[in-house]
Amino acid sequence: MITRRKLIVLLPAAALAWKYVLAGTPETAPNYNRSEHWWGMLLDIDKCIGCGNCVRACSTENNVPDGYFRTWVERYHVAGWEQETPQVDSPSGGIKGFPPSRFEGGKNFFVPKMCNHCVDSPCTQVCPVGATLHTPDGVVLVDETYCLGCRYCIQACPYGCRFLHPTKHTAEKCSLCYHRITKGLTTACCENCPTGARQLADLKNPDDPIHEFLRTHSVQVLKPHLATGAKAYYHDLDGSVR
Amino acid sequence: MPVDGFMYPNEIELQWSVLIVVYPFVTGLVAGAFILASLERIFHVTAVKPTYRLALLTALSFLLVAPLPLQLHLGRPERSLEMYLTPHTSSAMAMFGFVYLWYLMAVILLEIWLEFRQEIVLLSQSCTGAKRLLYRVLTLGSSNISEGALRVDDKVGWVITLIGIPSAFLLHGYVGFIFGSVKANPWWSSPLMPVVFIFSAMVSGIAVVLLLYMATARMRHQSIDMRCVDTIAQYLLYTFIIDFGLEMLDLIHRIYEADESFRSLDFMMHTKLFFSQVVLQIALGTLVPILTLGAIQMFHVPEKLRKIAYAVCGCLTIIGIFAMRWNVVIGGQLFSKSFLGYTTYKVDLISREGELIAAGLLVLPFMILAVLVKILPPWPKSESAGAD
Amino acid sequence: MLKITDDIAQIEYQCEPIVNAAGWQADTSGVHLTKFKDAEHLVRLAGAFAIVLVLFLLIRAHFIPKSFGQYGHYRGNALAELSSKPVIYAGHNACEECHSDVLDVKKVGKHAGVNCEACHGPLAKHAEDPGSVVPQLPDTAVLCVRCHEENIAKPKGFPQVVGAQHSSGEVCKTCHQPHSPLLSPGEKKS
Repeated sequence: MITRRKLIVLLPAAALAWKYVLAGTPETAPNYNRSEHWWGMLLDIDKCIGCGNCVRACSTENNVPDGYFRTWVERYHVAGWEQETPQVDSPSGGIKGFPPSRFEGGKNFFVPKMCNHCVDSPCTQVCPVGATLHTPDGVVLVDETYCLGCRYCIQACPYGCRFLHPTKHTAEKCSLCYHRITKGLTTACCENCPTGARQLADLKNPDDPIHEFLRTHSVQVLKPHLATGAKAYYHDLDGSVR
Repeated sequence: MPVDGFMYPNEIELQWSVLIVVYPFVTGLVAGAFILASLERIFHVTAVKPTYRLALLTALSFLLVAPLPLQLHLGRPERSLEMYLTPHTSSAMAMFGFVYLWYLMAVILLEIWLEFRQEIVLLSQSCTGAKRLLYRVLTLGSSNISEGALRVDDKVGWVITLIGIPSAFLLHGYVGFIFGSVKANPWWSSPLMPVVFIFSAMVSGIAVVLLLYMATARMRHQSIDMRCVDTIAQYLLYTFIIDFGLEMLDLIHRIYEADESFRSLDFMMHTKLFFSQVVLQIALGTLVPILTLGAIQMFHVPEKLRKIAYAVCGCLTIIGIFAMRWNVVIGGQLFSKSFLGYTTYKVDLISREGELIAAGLLVLPFMILAVLVKILPPWPKSESAGAD
Repeated sequence: MLKITDDIAQIEYQCEPIVNAAGWQADTSGVHLTKFKDAEHLVRLAGAFAIVLVLFLLIRAHFIPKSFGQYGHYRGNALAELSSKPVIYAGHNACEECHSDVLDVKKVGKHAGVNCEACHGPLAKHAEDPGSVVPQLPDTAVLCVRCHEENIAKPKGFPQVVGAQHSSGEVCKTCHQPHSPLLSPGEKKS
């Protein structure tokens, strides 16, 4: 039976408990509504000049440690018609650009690589504790205060876009500059790309010109047979690209 | 640069070190030793009874060491409690905490306790000092060792062993699934992986108990029960044949289908993995033991020669199964997911994940076992007068 | 030998080996579990397990982060934390607010699509407090080369030159205005 006496004790205790519960509720961002966005990226091979601006910008914006890459650029040389053995190089991920090529003739092009922010990402599937996550607006992120550093996600990523931070000892990768896109800015790599080879896409925004481009042009994703639901779309990607 | 050809920049450094080779090796020994113990308990293969208790204690020794390589490997080991707080049910790795605890508490410790309870109670009454306190704690306060109580123990122990068999498969099978379910890695991705892991675990566990039995009998100047070791060797042979069959099936399937990864993996097997796979795992670690044990089944081999053969085969088997774990874990990281290049694995001698630590972790279970056999002597009762 | 004192029901053990264990029984505690006498030790064990389980659940309830599970199987607070990291590149809109004169030149030239910080480096600090950070002018001998030095892998239509042949060692800025770099034939920077 609930007596007045018991209530005098119970109510303050309940209030304290409720405060404790509420303390865990995060603040919502002022005017950014996550459910209105679904982020992806367009990478136009026709336009990439391998300048490495994106790699440098990402490194600066996100404090990426030397020798590790949240994004990088590869250079392909395809000698003829066959697609199985391209010659590929990526000196320091392309962070200083590329030296002159030792090849003549054939097909040669640059391919920027990054996290594909897959809809059905194998990395989130295998994380044992829930340290890597899908945001409601389609970005795959790593909660670095929760990550154990078991490296399973790094093994599970087919694209090689993850690494273990050498001093934090947690997994890290491209965050699609989540701290920028939620403030209406574009990603650091897109901001600094001089040719528009990299462009952020909001796939929920019908007025987004990149969204329009994706609807009207031939685009590919990397390793489509793995059905990861990758959202980094490549325009004019050669079949030899791995 | 340790890279041949092209690798994605983040792939050059290996993620999972030799410690992740040690872990499945150790849990495999646990599962295998337990399965050998269950042969007698469930399937009434009475010939192997002399090794029953030893097998249980061996399983416990290795089980206690099993979490250590994982803890040493984690980037943030202080956060490992999170596996118990918020396990992600889609991740095979998240199972580890619970499967391990289940196997430790509800299978191994319980079965050992029920098996040894009579001795524990007797020792708690006949010893002095610290040892007496230890045994009294182990009795959990009950000193009922009447016939009725012992019958209850036996029945419950039987049920525990029965549950323990699928639990052992789960304890080691999930490790196989951790690798087998990674679609990004064609060296690992295969539905056969958990099955191969389990059978190779059984092979290594049986071999280790065989070796320990022979070694401890030697050390205690007791005669080796030949009927026992002959039967163990038979089961080792049968399990080996199945294990080898599975591995050959995987290989033949790969060669036949020759998918996009085949050329890269084939090259790797002929170069970087040649010694560890073709020489250590297949030739010395599988073919030599199978042919030797097979020959013993078909021809009459004198006892002295058989003992030597069993000892040699046991050692080769264990080395071969370790090599198998190495080939899976390290091999799976030596080639690029672009199939255009390879890297090298440099093991440090002295580091958190180095060779010394790995060697230490492999020796530690034997040290634990040496302590366990002093606390809970597993030797057959007829020998207890001569036991040390 | 054992002694049972009725009032406290304590058993004193002495260290003598017990010869015949088979028929020996003892009351181990003051609680008589006559029904489960032979399985009493298992009941104790179950009790120990239950205590451990309760402890585990309590520990779990205490340590699980409060915002976990809010949006999915992760800490809900992580979203806010990851959104609030510092911005290092201001973005071209911020530059154009103050430097509209440069924008007027750039937007009709060939570098219309090249954002300010692509050449001038990260300047969010400058945009926030212009006086505090004075941007350094980039060295065109290094900067322009990165994009415009000829390379077989660059798209065919992209303007690229072999530096040594193109300007015989002269720095790009000598002839080209970076904000609108294209020269008509015969034109040189004024």
